[in-house]
Amino acid sequence: MTTRVARDRVTGTPFTRGLGIVTIAGIVWLVIFGLFVTPADVNQGETVRIMYAHVPGAWLAYLAFIVTALSSAMYLWRRTRSLTWDRIAGASAEIGVLFMGISLVTGSLWGRLTWGTFWTWDARLTTTAFLFVTYIGYLAVRNLGGTHHQRARRSAVLALLAVLEIPLVHFSVEIWNSLHQEASVAGNTDVTMDGLMLFTLFLGVIVFTLMYVWMLLHRQRALTLEDMLDDTGLDRALAARRAEAGVS
Amino acid sequence: MKSMLRTARTIASKDLRIELRSRVVTNQVIPFAALVMILFAFALDSDAVLERVAPGLVWLATIFSVLFIVARSFALETADGALEALRAAGVDPMGIFLGKTLALATQLIALEAVLVGASVVLYRADVSASGGVLLVTTSVLATVGLASVGTLYGGLAAGAKGRETLLPLLLLPVVAPVLIGATRATESAFGTNGIDVSEGWPWLGLLAVFAVLFSVVGTVAFGPLVDD
Repeated sequence: MTTRVARDRVTGTPFTRGLGIVTIAGIVWLVIFGLFVTPADVNQGETVRIMYAHVPGAWLAYLAFIVTALSSAMYLWRRTRSLTWDRIAGASAEIGVLFMGISLVTGSLWGRLTWGTFWTWDARLTTTAFLFVTYIGYLAVRNLGGTHHQRARRSAVLALLAVLEIPLVHFSVEIWNSLHQEASVAGNTDVTMDGLMLFTLFLGVIVFTLMYVWMLLHRQRALTLEDMLDDTGLDRALAARRAEAGVS
Repeated sequence: MKSMLRTARTIASKDLRIELRSRVVTNQVIPFAALVMILFAFALDSDAVLERVAPGLVWLATIFSVLFIVARSFALETADGALEALRAAGVDPMGIFLGKTLALATQLIALEAVLVGASVVLYRADVSASGGVLLVTTSVLATVGLASVGTLYGGLAAGAKGRETLLPLLLLPVVAPVLIGATRATESAFGTNGIDVSEGWPWLGLLAVFAVLFSVVGTVAFGPLVDD
């Protein structure tokens, strides 16, 4: 009986399966366009191809963190209080951290090739690094334990604090930076883009967003199952042991 | 409002009395901070460099010490379930927040005074009269910010497993603006690199925004965070 229940509780639905197929097809399309069809850049050469993963990755991370903040607010607001919002917030933050990591790695690789340095203390870069660490902390707080509602309230407050903190960090890094840095290398990107390249970038954003929705749905459902396991797992284990004892 | 302030005063005096009797901050945290200042000197190994980075080192040592003082402040509350008892007794969480922040701020001011003294002795920092006024104002504003944020996140991490390692992860990114603002203001107060004292004052704006923002948000958010 338990095995049947386990088989029933999958995180996929016809919708997510369809979405998954579309996403994978989109990724294939993006890889073909990004690596083969688009031309190399006049200035940056082949390294420009990193952009097709880097820019959508960064976009996705920001989107994910905005979703985390919004669903945290939905949780804290009494009329919409539901653990579903909390799980969406958590799932979204996990995906956000992942893609922010990807975006930081691809960005610094691109920077090494193009600017000759992995890192500059540009406000945008520094804020991004801070965001990354802040949400790693957020995920750590989610794992602190306690009841589901304790976890939800604690992390929701923290997610809203992050919304407050990030602009302040950005602003202070910006004024700190204005004293220190000569000319920001990141400012020299006002080149006109080739239409095909722009399209590929746009495609990347769309494909990554689909991927985000796909991952978010699955992850949110997986978290729901984890919570259910927390709620009923012990009772079930007890019942099973009792049954064992009764049989023998 | 009145009862909130009275709670705050009671909590603050309780924390300070515990400190006066146990002397954990005076006998352990302040020596630790002084030690950090000496270790910086070993690592940087040059009078010229030390003189230039002295303001940053003062605030870095302060921020590291904040972690310990906050941990200590909440160890007191969680040791015997004191925080839960306070909440169960219906004590206003805003009062608890303000009280703990006040006690934390008092201890931090003492710490900063020692560290500035250490930088004068060890790093040859030089403070003029007008620089002194700037330095005191900077310390007060930075301390209010650090104490509020420290209490807020300390309350969040209190009683959790692995809080010793969680607190730095949560707190350090948030206090970055204080480090930036206070370091620049202190640079002008010390006259590092020939920066004039008047150039330090605009940075206090950043510190003031931070202090106001987090003391207000902390007062409001502390309740839901510790109300388990």
